[in-house]
Amino acid sequence: MLQLVLDRTEPAVEWLIRLCGWSAILLVFGIFFFVFREALPMLSGKLNLTEFFTSPQWRPTAEPEPHYGILALLVGTLSVTGLAMLMAVPLGLGAAVYISEFSSGRMREILKVLIELLAAIPSVVWGFIGYMVLGPIIIRLTGAPVGVNLLNGSIILALMSVPIIVSVGEDALKAVPDSYREAALSLGASRWEIVYRVLFPAAKNGLLAAVLLGVGRAIGETMAVLMATGHAIQIPHSLLDPIRTLTATIAAELGEAVQGEPHYRVLFVIGLVVFVLTFIVNLTADLVVKGIHNERAA
Amino acid sequence: MGWSAGSLLLCVMVGCSPAAEGVCVEGSDTMVNLAQGWAENYHATHPEAIVQISGGGTGVGIASLIDGNCEIASASRKMKDKEVERVRTKRHEEPMEYIVGYDALAVYVHKDNPLDSISIEELAEVYGEGGRITRWSQLGIDPKLLHNDTIIRVSRQNSSGTYVYFREAVMGKTRDYKLGSIDQNGSVDVVALVANTPSAIGYSGMGYSMPGVKMLKISKHKAGVGIAPTVENAKKREGGYPITRPLLLYTAGPPKEKAKQLLDWILDKPGQKVVVELGYVPVAPYE
Repeated sequence: MLQLVLDRTEPAVEWLIRLCGWSAILLVFGIFFFVFREALPMLSGKLNLTEFFTSPQWRPTAEPEPHYGILALLVGTLSVTGLAMLMAVPLGLGAAVYISEFSSGRMREILKVLIELLAAIPSVVWGFIGYMVLGPIIIRLTGAPVGVNLLNGSIILALMSVPIIVSVGEDALKAVPDSYREAALSLGASRWEIVYRVLFPAAKNGLLAAVLLGVGRAIGETMAVLMATGHAIQIPHSLLDPIRTLTATIAAELGEAVQGEPHYRVLFVIGLVVFVLTFIVNLTADLVVKGIHNERAA
Repeated sequence: MGWSAGSLLLCVMVGCSPAAEGVCVEGSDTMVNLAQGWAENYHATHPEAIVQISGGGTGVGIASLIDGNCEIASASRKMKDKEVERVRTKRHEEPMEYIVGYDALAVYVHKDNPLDSISIEELAEVYGEGGRITRWSQLGIDPKLLHNDTIIRVSRQNSSGTYVYFREAVMGKTRDYKLGSIDQNGSVDVVALVANTPSAIGYSGMGYSMPGVKMLKISKHKAGVGIAPTVENAKKREGGYPITRPLLLYTAGPPKEKAKQLLDWILDKPGQKVVVELGYVPVAPYE
Protein backbone atom coordinates (compact mmCIF):
# COMPACT_ATOMS: atom_id res chain seq x y z
CA MET A 1 0.00 0.00 0.00
CA LEU A 2 2.76 2.38 1.02
CA GLN A 3 4.75 1.43 -2.08
CA LEU A 4 1.77 2.36 -4.25
CA VAL A 5 1.51 5.79 -2.63
CA LEU A 6 5.24 6.38 -2.98
CA ASP A 7 5.18 5.37 -6.68
CA ARG A 8 2.37 7.83 -7.33
CA THR A 9 3.92 10.72 -5.44
CA GLU A 10 7.48 10.29 -6.71
CA PRO A 11 6.96 12.05 -10.07
CA ALA A 12 4.96 14.80 -8.37
CA VAL A 13 7.76 15.45 -5.91
CA GLU A 14 10.32 15.43 -8.71
CA TRP A 15 8.21 17.92 -10.57
CA LEU A 16 7.91 20.15 -7.51
CA ILE A 17 11.67 20.16 -6.97
CA ARG A 18 12.27 20.94 -10.63
CA LEU A 19 9.85 23.85 -10.31
CA CYS A 20 11.72 25.21 -7.30
CA GLY A 21 15.00 25.05 -9.18
CA TRP A 22 13.58 26.80 -12.22
CA SER A 23 11.86 29.44 -10.13
CA ALA A 24 15.20 30.53 -8.69
CA ILE A 25 16.55 31.14 -12.21
CA LEU A 26 13.32 32.80 -13.33
CA LEU A 27 13.34 35.07 -10.27
CA VAL A 28 16.85 36.33 -10.97
CA PHE A 29 16.03 36.97 -14.61
CA GLY A 30 12.75 38.58 -13.60
CA ILE A 31 14.47 41.05 -11.30
CA PHE A 32 17.08 41.90 -13.90
CA PHE A 33 14.38 42.32 -16.55
CA PHE A 34 12.31 44.63 -14.30
CA VAL A 35 15.26 46.87 -13.45
CA PHE A 36 16.39 46.94 -17.08
CA ARG A 37 12.91 47.79 -18.34
CA GLU A 38 12.58 50.75 -15.97
CA ALA A 39 16.05 52.00 -16.86
CA LEU A 40 15.88 51.47 -20.63
CA PRO A 41 14.17 54.73 -21.73
CA MET A 42 16.99 56.75 -20.17
CA LEU A 43 19.71 54.51 -21.59
CA SER A 44 18.65 54.86 -25.22
CA GLY A 45 20.28 58.21 -25.89
CA LYS A 46 18.82 60.50 -23.24
CA LEU A 47 21.46 59.90 -20.60
CA ASN A 48 24.89 61.29 -21.34
CA LEU A 49 26.92 58.22 -20.38
CA THR A 50 30.27 60.04 -20.38
CA GLU A 51 28.97 62.59 -17.92
CA PHE A 52 27.27 59.79 -15.96
CA PHE A 53 30.49 57.90 -15.30
CA THR A 54 33.03 60.70 -15.10
CA SER A 55 31.28 63.56 -13.33
CA PRO A 56 31.03 63.78 -9.52
CA GLN A 57 28.12 66.21 -9.80
CA TRP A 58 25.03 64.34 -8.65
CA ARG A 59 22.31 67.00 -8.79
CA PRO A 60 19.07 65.32 -9.86
CA THR A 61 16.81 68.14 -8.64
CA ALA A 62 18.80 71.07 -10.02
CA GLU A 63 17.01 73.84 -11.95
CA PRO A 64 16.97 74.28 -14.91
CA GLU A 65 19.06 71.25 -15.90
CA PRO A 66 19.62 68.25 -13.60
CA HIS A 67 23.07 66.65 -13.57
CA TYR A 68 23.46 62.90 -13.26
CA GLY A 69 27.10 62.16 -12.50
CA ILE A 70 27.84 59.12 -10.34
CA LEU A 71 31.63 59.26 -10.12
CA ALA A 72 31.58 60.29 -6.44
CA LEU A 73 28.99 57.62 -5.63
CA LEU A 74 30.91 54.93 -7.53
CA VAL A 75 34.15 55.82 -5.76
CA GLY A 76 32.20 55.80 -2.51
CA THR A 77 30.87 52.27 -3.06
CA LEU A 78 34.22 50.89 -4.27
CA SER A 79 36.26 52.53 -1.51
CA VAL A 80 34.00 51.51 1.36
CA THR A 81 33.72 47.93 0.02
CA GLY A 82 37.43 47.66 -0.66
CA LEU A 83 38.45 48.95 2.75
CA ALA A 84 35.86 46.77 4.47
CA MET A 85 37.15 43.65 2.67
CA LEU A 86 40.73 44.55 3.60
CA MET A 87 39.64 44.27 7.22
CA ALA A 88 37.04 41.52 6.92
CA VAL A 89 38.91 38.91 4.87
CA PRO A 90 41.91 38.40 7.19
CA LEU A 91 39.64 38.65 10.22
CA GLY A 92 37.03 36.30 8.78
CA LEU A 93 39.40 33.71 7.37
CA GLY A 94 41.48 33.84 10.52
CA ALA A 95 38.40 33.20 12.62
CA ALA A 96 37.35 30.37 10.29
CA VAL A 97 40.76 28.74 10.62
CA TYR A 98 40.70 29.13 14.39
CA ILE A 99 37.25 27.62 14.74
CA SER A 100 38.00 24.77 12.37
CA GLU A 101 41.56 23.85 13.30
CA PHE A 102 42.66 25.31 16.60
CA SER A 103 39.65 25.33 18.86
CA SER A 104 37.90 22.33 20.30
CA GLY A 105 34.60 21.24 21.77
CA ARG A 106 33.07 23.90 24.01
CA MET A 107 35.03 26.85 22.65
CA ARG A 108 34.10 25.90 19.12
CA GLU A 109 30.39 25.69 19.89
CA ILE A 110 30.34 29.01 21.75
CA LEU A 111 32.20 30.78 18.96
CA LYS A 112 29.89 29.38 16.27
CA VAL A 113 26.80 30.50 18.16
CA LEU A 114 28.21 33.98 18.79
CA ILE A 115 29.20 34.48 15.17
CA GLU A 116 25.77 33.39 13.99
CA LEU A 117 24.30 35.91 16.42
CA LEU A 118 26.44 38.59 14.80
CA ALA A 119 24.98 37.63 11.43
CA ALA A 120 21.44 38.02 12.76
CA ILE A 121 21.83 41.69 13.68
CA PRO A 122 19.70 43.77 11.27
CA SER A 123 21.59 46.20 9.07
CA VAL A 124 19.74 49.23 10.40
CA VAL A 125 21.00 48.36 13.91
CA TRP A 126 24.52 48.20 12.51
CA GLY A 127 23.98 51.64 11.03
CA PHE A 128 22.82 52.88 14.40
CA ILE A 129 25.92 51.41 16.07
CA GLY A 130 28.11 53.15 13.50
CA TYR A 131 26.34 56.48 13.95
CA MET A 132 25.96 56.56 17.75
CA VAL A 133 28.79 54.38 19.10
CA LEU A 134 31.62 54.25 16.58
CA GLY A 135 31.27 57.87 15.46
CA PRO A 136 32.26 59.49 18.78
CA ILE A 137 35.05 56.89 19.22
CA ILE A 138 36.49 57.81 15.83
CA ILE A 139 36.33 61.52 16.66
CA ARG A 140 38.15 60.93 19.93
CA LEU A 141 40.83 58.61 18.51
CA THR A 142 41.61 60.35 15.24
CA GLY A 143 40.61 63.98 15.78
CA ALA A 144 38.32 63.79 12.75
CA PRO A 145 35.88 66.70 12.38
CA VAL A 146 32.93 64.34 12.09
CA GLY A 147 32.42 60.73 13.12
CA VAL A 148 30.38 59.44 10.16
CA ASN A 149 32.81 58.85 7.32
CA LEU A 150 34.54 56.30 5.08
CA LEU A 151 36.36 54.70 8.02
CA ASN A 152 33.19 54.31 10.06
CA GLY A 153 31.29 52.78 7.14
CA SER A 154 34.11 50.35 6.33
CA ILE A 155 34.42 49.10 9.90
CA ILE A 156 30.69 48.50 10.13
CA LEU A 157 30.61 46.76 6.73
CA ALA A 158 33.56 44.60 7.75
CA LEU A 159 31.76 43.55 10.93
CA MET A 160 28.69 42.69 8.85
CA SER A 161 30.64 40.62 6.35
CA VAL A 162 32.77 38.67 8.84
CA PRO A 163 30.02 36.23 9.96
CA ILE A 164 29.36 35.17 6.35
CA ILE A 165 33.03 34.70 5.60
CA VAL A 166 33.49 32.72 8.81
CA SER A 167 30.46 30.45 8.23
CA VAL A 168 31.20 29.56 4.63
CA GLY A 169 34.96 29.49 5.18
CA GLU A 170 34.64 27.14 8.11
CA ASP A 171 32.45 24.82 6.06
CA ALA A 172 35.04 24.83 3.28
CA LEU A 173 37.82 23.94 5.71
CA LYS A 174 35.76 21.21 7.32
CA ALA A 175 35.18 19.68 3.90
CA VAL A 176 38.89 18.97 3.46
CA PRO A 177 39.28 15.27 4.36
CA ASP A 178 41.19 14.47 7.54
CA SER A 179 43.53 12.26 5.54
CA TYR A 180 45.20 15.42 4.21
CA ARG A 181 45.85 16.65 7.74
CA GLU A 182 47.08 13.26 8.89
CA ALA A 183 49.42 12.94 5.92
CA ALA A 184 50.90 16.36 6.60
CA LEU A 185 51.31 15.58 10.31
CA SER A 186 53.11 12.39 9.49
CA LEU A 187 55.54 14.40 7.36
CA GLY A 188 56.33 16.53 10.38
CA ALA A 189 54.33 19.68 9.57
CA SER A 190 53.35 22.07 12.38
CA ARG A 191 49.70 23.04 12.78
CA TRP A 192 50.17 26.39 11.07
CA GLU A 193 52.09 24.72 8.23
CA ILE A 194 49.18 22.33 7.76
CA VAL A 195 46.84 25.29 7.46
CA TYR A 196 48.67 27.34 4.89
CA ARG A 197 50.49 24.61 2.97
CA VAL A 198 47.74 21.99 2.85
CA LEU A 199 44.31 23.32 3.82
CA PHE A 200 44.31 26.67 2.04
CA PRO A 201 45.22 25.16 -1.34
CA ALA A 202 42.76 22.31 -0.83
CA ALA A 203 39.87 24.55 0.26
CA LYS A 204 40.63 27.42 -2.13
CA ASN A 205 37.30 27.21 -3.96
CA GLY A 206 35.25 27.29 -0.80
CA LEU A 207 37.32 30.06 0.78
CA LEU A 208 37.01 32.14 -2.36
CA ALA A 209 33.26 31.59 -2.30
CA ALA A 210 33.24 32.78 1.30
CA VAL A 211 35.10 35.98 0.38
CA LEU A 212 32.83 36.50 -2.63
CA LEU A 213 29.71 36.28 -0.49
CA GLY A 214 31.24 38.79 1.89
CA VAL A 215 31.99 41.19 -0.97
CA GLY A 216 28.48 40.72 -2.33
CA ARG A 217 27.03 41.63 1.05
CA ALA A 218 29.23 44.70 1.26
CA ILE A 219 28.46 46.04 -2.23
CA GLY A 220 24.72 45.63 -1.76
CA GLU A 221 24.48 46.96 1.78
CA THR A 222 22.25 50.00 2.00
CA MET A 223 20.91 51.00 5.42
CA ALA A 224 24.10 50.61 7.40
CA VAL A 225 26.19 52.66 4.98
CA LEU A 226 23.48 55.28 4.63
CA MET A 227 23.73 55.95 8.36
CA ALA A 228 27.42 55.36 8.98
CA THR A 229 29.13 57.04 6.02
CA GLY A 230 27.64 60.52 6.39
CA HIS A 231 25.85 60.34 3.03
CA ALA A 232 27.94 63.14 1.48
CA ILE A 233 28.48 63.46 -2.28
CA GLN A 234 32.22 63.84 -2.62
CA ILE A 235 35.31 61.92 -3.69
CA PRO A 236 37.16 61.13 -0.45
CA HIS A 237 40.69 62.43 0.01
CA SER A 238 41.24 60.69 3.32
CA LEU A 239 39.70 57.90 5.37
CA LEU A 240 38.02 60.50 7.54
CA ASP A 241 35.95 62.08 4.75
CA PRO A 242 32.21 61.43 4.65
CA ILE A 243 31.08 59.66 1.44
CA ARG A 244 27.95 58.28 -0.17
CA THR A 245 27.34 54.93 -1.90
CA LEU A 246 25.26 53.98 -4.96
CA THR A 247 22.90 51.85 -2.88
CA ALA A 248 22.23 54.58 -0.31
CA THR A 249 21.43 57.02 -3.11
CA ILE A 250 18.77 54.70 -4.51
CA ALA A 251 17.25 54.14 -1.07
CA ALA A 252 17.18 57.82 -0.19
CA GLU A 253 15.83 59.16 -3.45
CA LEU A 254 13.49 56.60 -5.01
CA GLY A 255 10.59 57.72 -2.81
CA GLU A 256 10.56 61.25 -4.17
CA ALA A 257 11.10 60.34 -7.80
CA VAL A 258 7.86 60.34 -9.74
CA GLN A 259 7.30 57.11 -11.70
CA GLY A 260 8.50 57.37 -15.28
CA GLU A 261 10.39 60.64 -14.83
CA PRO A 262 14.13 60.90 -15.69
CA HIS A 263 15.26 60.98 -12.04
CA TYR A 264 13.33 57.75 -11.38
CA ARG A 265 14.84 56.05 -14.41
CA VAL A 266 18.39 57.16 -13.65
CA LEU A 267 18.05 55.59 -10.20
CA PHE A 268 17.26 52.30 -11.96
CA VAL A 269 20.32 52.81 -14.14
CA ILE A 270 22.28 53.07 -10.90
CA GLY A 271 20.65 49.78 -9.89
CA LEU A 272 21.98 48.28 -13.11
CA VAL A 273 25.45 49.57 -12.29
CA VAL A 274 25.31 47.80 -8.90
CA PHE A 275 24.14 44.63 -10.70
CA VAL A 276 27.03 44.86 -13.14
CA LEU A 277 29.54 45.47 -10.33
CA THR A 278 28.40 42.36 -8.49
CA PHE A 279 28.49 40.40 -11.74
CA ILE A 280 32.06 41.52 -12.46
CA VAL A 281 33.16 40.47 -8.98
CA ASN A 282 31.55 37.04 -9.40
CA LEU A 283 32.91 36.59 -12.91
CA THR A 284 36.45 37.50 -11.82
CA ALA A 285 36.28 35.05 -8.97
CA ASP A 286 34.95 32.33 -11.27
CA LEU A 287 37.83 32.87 -13.67
CA VAL A 288 40.33 32.83 -10.81
CA VAL A 289 38.90 29.55 -9.57
CA LYS A 290 39.04 28.09 -13.06
CA GLY A 291 42.60 29.29 -13.33
CA ILE A 292 43.52 27.55 -10.12
CA HIS A 293 41.76 24.40 -11.35
CA ASN A 294 43.70 24.36 -14.62
CA GLU A 295 46.92 25.09 -12.79
CA ARG A 296 46.37 22.14 -10.52
CA ALA A 297 45.27 19.85 -13.34
CA ALA A 298 48.34 20.69 -15.41
CA MET B 1 -4.86 55.51 22.24
CA GLY B 2 -4.94 51.77 21.67
CA TRP B 3 -7.94 52.11 19.36
CA SER B 4 -6.29 54.77 17.20
CA ALA B 5 -3.05 52.80 17.05
CA GLY B 6 -4.98 49.67 16.13
CA SER B 7 -7.00 51.39 13.43
CA LEU B 8 -3.88 53.09 12.03
CA LEU B 9 -2.16 49.71 11.86
CA LEU B 10 -5.19 48.20 10.15
CA CYS B 11 -5.20 50.99 7.59
CA VAL B 12 -1.50 50.59 6.94
CA MET B 13 -2.04 46.86 6.37
CA VAL B 14 -4.99 47.46 4.08
CA GLY B 15 -2.99 50.00 2.14
CA CYS B 16 -3.13 53.77 2.08
CA SER B 17 -5.22 54.49 -0.99
CA PRO B 18 -8.01 56.98 -1.67
CA ALA B 19 -10.45 54.06 -1.75
CA ALA B 20 -9.58 52.99 1.81
CA GLU B 21 -11.25 54.49 4.87
CA GLY B 22 -9.77 57.70 6.12
CA VAL B 23 -7.63 60.56 4.93
CA CYS B 24 -3.95 60.33 4.03
CA VAL B 25 -1.44 63.12 4.65
CA GLU B 26 2.06 62.46 3.37
CA GLY B 27 5.23 64.43 2.80
CA SER B 28 7.19 67.02 4.71
CA ASP B 29 9.40 65.78 7.51
CA THR B 30 9.35 69.31 8.98
CA MET B 31 5.57 69.03 9.32
CA VAL B 32 5.35 65.42 10.42
CA ASN B 33 5.05 66.23 14.16
CA LEU B 34 2.50 68.90 13.32
CA ALA B 35 0.52 66.47 11.16
CA GLN B 36 0.69 63.89 13.93
CA GLY B 37 -0.69 66.48 16.38
CA TRP B 38 -3.52 67.30 13.97
CA ALA B 39 -4.33 63.61 13.48
CA GLU B 40 -4.53 62.93 17.20
CA ASN B 41 -6.56 66.02 18.07
CA TYR B 42 -8.89 65.58 15.08
CA HIS B 43 -9.50 61.97 16.02
CA ALA B 44 -10.30 63.00 19.60
CA THR B 45 -13.16 65.20 18.41
CA HIS B 46 -14.15 63.08 15.38
CA PRO B 47 -13.78 59.47 16.60
CA GLU B 48 -15.07 57.93 13.35
CA ALA B 49 -12.39 59.69 11.28
CA ILE B 50 -9.08 58.01 10.51
CA VAL B 51 -6.11 60.14 9.50
CA GLN B 52 -2.90 58.48 8.33
CA ILE B 53 0.33 60.45 8.51
CA SER B 54 3.60 59.62 6.83
CA GLY B 55 6.82 61.53 6.26
CA GLY B 56 9.57 60.92 3.75
CA GLY B 57 10.11 64.53 2.71
CA THR B 58 8.19 67.11 0.72
CA GLY B 59 9.34 65.54 -2.56
CA VAL B 60 7.95 62.15 -1.53
CA GLY B 61 4.58 63.66 -0.58
CA ILE B 62 4.24 65.51 -3.87
CA ALA B 63 5.29 62.41 -5.83
CA SER B 64 2.58 60.48 -3.98
CA LEU B 65 0.04 63.16 -4.85
CA ILE B 66 1.04 62.99 -8.51
CA ASP B 67 0.90 59.19 -8.57
CA GLY B 68 -2.49 59.26 -6.87
CA ASN B 69 -1.37 57.36 -3.77
CA CYS B 70 -2.28 60.02 -1.24
CA GLU B 71 -4.85 62.81 -1.20
CA ILE B 72 -3.06 65.48 0.80
CA ALA B 73 0.62 66.30 0.41
CA SER B 74 2.32 68.30 3.15
CA ALA B 75 5.10 70.58 1.92
CA SER B 76 7.62 72.93 3.47
CA ARG B 77 8.21 74.59 0.11
CA LYS B 78 6.03 75.71 -2.78
CA MET B 79 5.31 73.25 -5.60
CA LYS B 80 7.56 73.67 -8.61
CA ASP B 81 6.05 74.48 -12.02
CA LYS B 82 7.11 71.04 -13.29
CA GLU B 83 5.24 69.39 -10.43
CA VAL B 84 2.11 71.46 -11.10
CA GLU B 85 2.30 70.31 -14.73
CA ARG B 86 2.60 66.67 -13.68
CA VAL B 87 -0.47 66.95 -11.45
CA ARG B 88 -2.36 68.38 -14.40
CA THR B 89 -1.28 65.61 -16.78
CA LYS B 90 -1.47 62.63 -14.43
CA ARG B 91 -4.38 63.52 -12.16
CA HIS B 92 -6.28 65.77 -14.64
CA GLU B 93 -6.80 68.27 -11.84
CA GLU B 94 -5.44 71.63 -10.82
CA PRO B 95 -3.36 71.41 -7.59
CA MET B 96 -4.83 73.45 -4.74
CA GLU B 97 -2.57 75.07 -2.17
CA TYR B 98 -3.44 75.77 1.47
CA ILE B 99 -1.13 77.75 3.78
CA VAL B 100 -1.55 76.19 7.22
CA GLY B 101 1.16 77.92 9.21
CA TYR B 102 4.60 79.49 9.11
CA ASP B 103 7.99 78.24 10.27
CA ALA B 104 11.27 80.02 10.83
CA LEU B 105 14.15 78.04 9.36
CA ALA B 106 16.90 78.20 11.97
CA VAL B 107 20.64 77.82 11.45
CA TYR B 108 22.11 75.64 14.20
CA VAL B 109 25.66 75.47 15.54
CA HIS B 110 27.18 73.56 18.44
CA LYS B 111 26.67 75.21 21.83
CA ASP B 112 30.44 75.68 22.28
CA ASN B 113 30.63 77.71 19.07
CA PRO B 114 31.17 81.38 19.97
CA LEU B 115 29.50 82.55 16.72
CA ASP B 116 26.32 84.44 17.49
CA SER B 117 25.07 85.88 14.24
CA ILE B 118 25.63 85.30 10.52
CA SER B 119 24.52 87.14 7.38
CA ILE B 120 22.71 85.55 4.45
CA GLU B 121 25.67 86.44 2.20
CA GLU B 122 28.09 84.55 4.47
CA LEU B 123 25.69 81.60 4.69
CA ALA B 124 25.61 81.49 0.89
CA GLU B 125 29.42 81.47 0.81
CA VAL B 126 29.46 78.56 3.27
CA TYR B 127 26.75 76.42 1.61
CA GLY B 128 26.73 77.55 -1.98
CA GLU B 129 28.65 76.18 -4.93
CA GLY B 130 31.90 78.06 -5.43
CA GLY B 131 31.52 79.59 -1.96
CA ARG B 132 34.85 80.61 -0.46
CA ILE B 133 34.14 80.13 3.24
CA THR B 134 35.29 76.64 4.27
CA ARG B 135 36.93 77.25 7.65
CA TRP B 136 35.70 78.69 10.91
CA SER B 137 38.76 80.96 11.06
CA GLN B 138 37.44 82.76 7.97
CA LEU B 139 34.41 83.75 10.06
CA GLY B 140 36.62 85.03 12.85
CA ILE B 141 36.24 82.04 15.14
CA ASP B 142 39.22 80.58 17.00
CA PRO B 143 39.38 76.96 15.71
CA LYS B 144 40.87 75.71 18.97
CA LEU B 145 37.48 76.21 20.60
CA LEU B 146 35.85 73.91 18.07
CA HIS B 147 38.17 70.90 17.89
CA ASN B 148 38.60 71.40 14.14
CA ASP B 149 38.79 74.33 11.71
CA THR B 150 36.87 72.70 8.83
CA ILE B 151 33.24 73.77 8.65
CA ILE B 152 31.18 70.57 8.49
CA ARG B 153 28.04 71.46 6.52
CA VAL B 154 24.99 69.44 7.52
CA SER B 155 22.19 69.49 5.00
CA ARG B 156 19.13 67.48 4.00
CA GLN B 157 18.57 65.00 1.18
CA ASN B 158 17.28 66.46 -2.06
CA SER B 159 13.74 65.14 -1.51
CA SER B 160 13.39 67.59 1.37
CA GLY B 161 11.33 70.76 1.03
CA THR B 162 13.58 72.35 3.63
CA TYR B 163 16.56 71.65 1.34
CA VAL B 164 14.86 73.36 -1.60
CA TYR B 165 13.53 76.28 0.44
CA PHE B 166 16.95 76.96 2.02
CA ARG B 167 18.58 76.94 -1.42
CA GLU B 168 16.13 79.50 -2.78
CA ALA B 169 16.10 81.72 0.29
CA VAL B 170 19.85 81.78 0.94
CA MET B 171 21.61 81.02 -2.33
CA GLY B 172 19.05 82.41 -4.73
CA LYS B 173 17.43 80.69 -7.68
CA THR B 174 20.56 80.35 -9.79
CA ARG B 175 23.07 78.98 -7.32
CA ASP B 176 23.18 75.37 -6.14
CA TYR B 177 24.63 73.72 -3.04
CA LYS B 178 28.32 72.91 -2.68
CA LEU B 179 28.65 69.12 -2.88
CA GLY B 180 30.14 67.22 0.07
CA SER B 181 27.68 68.24 2.77
CA ILE B 182 26.44 65.54 5.10
CA ASP B 183 22.91 64.94 3.83
CA GLN B 184 20.66 63.83 6.64
CA ASN B 185 17.28 62.21 6.29
CA GLY B 186 15.14 64.23 8.69
CA SER B 187 14.89 67.53 10.54
CA VAL B 188 15.80 65.95 13.88
CA ASP B 189 18.84 64.16 12.44
CA VAL B 190 20.37 67.46 11.30
CA VAL B 191 20.18 69.02 14.75
CA ALA B 192 21.32 65.83 16.48
CA LEU B 193 24.45 65.67 14.30
CA VAL B 194 25.25 69.32 14.99
CA ALA B 195 24.83 68.67 18.73
CA ASN B 196 27.45 65.89 18.48
CA THR B 197 29.90 67.68 16.19
CA PRO B 198 31.55 70.86 17.50
CA SER B 199 32.62 72.14 14.09
CA ALA B 200 29.28 71.58 12.36
CA ILE B 201 26.63 73.96 11.05
CA GLY B 202 23.14 72.89 9.96
CA TYR B 203 19.67 74.19 9.12
CA SER B 204 16.32 72.91 10.35
CA GLY B 205 12.94 74.12 11.58
CA MET B 206 13.06 76.28 14.72
CA GLY B 207 10.91 73.73 16.54
CA TYR B 208 13.70 71.13 16.44
CA SER B 209 16.08 72.81 18.85
CA MET B 210 17.63 70.55 21.51
CA PRO B 211 20.21 70.89 24.30
CA GLY B 212 23.70 70.99 22.83
CA VAL B 213 22.95 73.41 20.00
CA LYS B 214 22.15 77.06 19.64
CA MET B 215 20.38 78.98 16.90
CA LEU B 216 22.18 81.79 15.08
CA LYS B 217 20.71 85.24 14.55
CA ILE B 218 20.42 85.98 10.85
CA SER B 219 21.05 89.36 9.25
CA LYS B 220 20.14 90.17 5.67
CA HIS B 221 23.50 91.82 5.00
CA LYS B 222 26.96 91.49 6.49
CA ALA B 223 26.79 94.73 8.42
CA GLY B 224 23.17 94.31 9.45
CA VAL B 225 21.66 93.46 12.79
CA GLY B 226 21.03 89.77 13.36
CA ILE B 227 17.47 88.72 14.07
CA ALA B 228 16.75 85.68 16.23
CA PRO B 229 14.45 82.86 15.03
CA THR B 230 11.46 83.24 17.35
CA VAL B 231 7.73 83.03 16.77
CA GLU B 232 7.38 86.81 17.28
CA ASN B 233 10.10 87.59 14.73
CA ALA B 234 8.64 85.10 12.28
CA LYS B 235 5.23 86.85 12.53
CA LYS B 236 6.61 90.29 11.65
CA ARG B 237 6.22 91.23 8.01
CA GLU B 238 8.79 94.04 8.09
CA GLY B 239 12.15 93.60 9.80
CA GLY B 240 11.29 90.09 10.85
CA TYR B 241 13.32 86.88 10.64
CA PRO B 242 14.57 86.71 7.02
CA ILE B 243 14.17 82.96 6.41
CA THR B 244 10.54 82.30 7.28
CA ARG B 245 8.62 79.92 5.11
CA PRO B 246 4.95 78.97 4.75
CA LEU B 247 3.88 75.45 5.68
CA LEU B 248 1.60 74.11 2.95
CA LEU B 249 -0.89 71.37 2.21
CA TYR B 250 -1.69 70.43 -1.39
CA THR B 251 -4.56 68.49 -2.94
CA ALA B 252 -5.15 67.50 -6.56
CA GLY B 253 -8.29 69.42 -7.34
CA PRO B 254 -10.93 70.34 -4.74
CA PRO B 255 -10.70 67.95 -1.77
CA LYS B 256 -13.30 65.22 -1.28
CA GLU B 257 -15.59 65.38 1.75
CA LYS B 258 -13.43 63.64 4.37
CA ALA B 259 -10.31 65.52 3.27
CA LYS B 260 -12.28 68.76 3.07
CA GLN B 261 -13.54 68.32 6.63
CA LEU B 262 -9.98 67.82 7.85
CA LEU B 263 -8.66 70.80 5.92
CA ASP B 264 -11.40 73.08 7.24
CA TRP B 265 -10.63 71.90 10.78
CA ILE B 266 -6.88 72.56 10.31
CA LEU B 267 -7.47 76.09 9.00
CA ASP B 268 -9.89 76.84 11.82
CA LYS B 269 -9.28 77.50 15.54
CA PRO B 270 -8.69 73.89 16.75
CA GLY B 271 -6.11 73.10 14.06
CA GLN B 272 -4.31 76.41 14.50
CA LYS B 273 -4.19 75.81 18.26
CA VAL B 274 -2.07 72.72 17.52
CA VAL B 275 0.18 74.86 15.29
CA VAL B 276 0.81 77.29 18.14
CA GLU B 277 1.33 74.51 20.70
CA LEU B 278 4.07 72.96 18.58
CA GLY B 279 5.93 76.26 18.30
CA TYR B 280 4.97 77.36 14.79
CA VAL B 281 3.30 80.56 13.62
CA PRO B 282 -0.47 80.29 12.94
CA VAL B 283 -2.19 81.77 9.90
CA ALA B 284 -3.60 85.29 9.93
CA PRO B 285 -6.87 85.39 11.88
CA TYR B 286 -5.40 83.31 14.73
CA GLU B 287 -2.27 85.35 15.44
